[in-house]
Amino acid sequence: MKRAFPIFAVLTALLLSYALYEALVAAPTEKTMGDVQRIFYYHVPSAWTAFLLFLINFVASVVYLIRRSHSADIVAVVTAEVGVVFCTVVLVTGPLWARPVWGIWWTWDVRLTSTLVLWLIYVSYLMLRRFSTSSQTPLLAAALAVFGALDVPLVYFSIWIFRTQHPQPVIGGGGSIDPRMLHILLLNWVAFLCFAALICWSRYRLERLRREVEETQALESLLEPRSLR
Amino acid sequence: MSLAAITRATLAKDLRLEWHSRDAINSMLFFALLVVVVFSFSFDPNAEESRQIAGGLVWVAFLFAAVVALNQTWARELRNQVLDAFRVSPAPANSLFLAKALGNFIFVCVLEALMTPLFVVFYKLRALGPAWQLIPVAVLGTWALVVNGTFFAAMSIRTRSREIMLPLLLFPISIPAILAMVNATTAILTGELSAWFWLVLLATYDVVFTIACLLLFETVLHAE
Repeated sequence: MKRAFPIFAVLTALLLSYALYEALVAAPTEKTMGDVQRIFYYHVPSAWTAFLLFLINFVASVVYLIRRSHSADIVAVVTAEVGVVFCTVVLVTGPLWARPVWGIWWTWDVRLTSTLVLWLIYVSYLMLRRFSTSSQTPLLAAALAVFGALDVPLVYFSIWIFRTQHPQPVIGGGGSIDPRMLHILLLNWVAFLCFAALICWSRYRLERLRREVEETQALESLLEPRSLR
Repeated sequence: MSLAAITRATLAKDLRLEWHSRDAINSMLFFALLVVVVFSFSFDPNAEESRQIAGGLVWVAFLFAAVVALNQTWARELRNQVLDAFRVSPAPANSLFLAKALGNFIFVCVLEALMTPLFVVFYKLRALGPAWQLIPVAVLGTWALVVNGTFFAAMSIRTRSREIMLPLLLFPISIPAILAMVNATTAILTGELSAWFWLVLLATYDVVFTIACLLLFETVLHAE
């Protein structure tokens, strides 16, 4: 088990480098957009990874509300933090691509706006955790996560009424995609998922250790003979 | 005592306290007035286009003002450990929540009733659509802000710098509601579009989050 982490880290690094090569060199150049389209191999996998992490955060929060298990809470913290990072990557790579292709950095289209709102909700979630002085922070955070999850469909439908400018989803939508491109996209997604899992894993261990240290310190201060006056 | 009786008693107590001190309503009113005046400098309030943005303006002013009242919701109960007393009492937690939410709802409605004429005068507003629809928009929109606001205020009293924490929690979650209120109001003022879609959305938002608040409030109240 101790060896598993470095082995997984090396495998992830190899997979990421291979996916990078495939995306930047091997993938065919898109006909109209040219090389700028290659950012798509980072943008889309980051988005899927972020959404998946937020989904895990919601499930972990519900589990925490029901069972009050500490592991579920740690999973919730970790996935929210890493999810916000991936969501930030989505929000940064999107405008980088949009400027040359659409001619604008940003548009208030449904997918862009709901991703931004999702990011805002999770940043406020992390802020609640950071600023909380309660000993029941996990409980408050889990309640907020449930509110956030309930909000997502409402956000999407409320913004849906605006005209959508974002390209149709390539998977399950009306758009068509070169099979080679799809292959590389999925390869990149697997690499990104491994990368996210790697960070989550390491963050999980760190958080676990941090809590153990806190508990030990609290116990020690109880056991120490108190100097009275 | 039943849930309704305790709710009524708590609500009556809050209204009585507010009637004597008028803390919440005065600070809200003055704050909303300031927002109206400051906004009038950022664009030409006489222009015909002001009708297009008036919906957003009105609701932003009410939203900011409502936060002022919401922040005071639980502060009063922290003094003299009233909240702790409530926790150990057998009274259902939801009765406290409902009383607080209804109290805030009444305060914000009073604010809206007093501020709307001022908006109409300052920005020369006249609804080109069916004006009566503004009433359901106001009622549903206010409840949407207040129900989550009361809930998040109960969370933010457990944080450092609690005054600033409430809007940080409330605004992102309220985005669909704000979008619906603003668009419904604009649709009615300009008379170009129907407000029904937005009214249905607001009602859905209200139902979903009222249920969520009632289910989770007891947990949050006891999280100390």
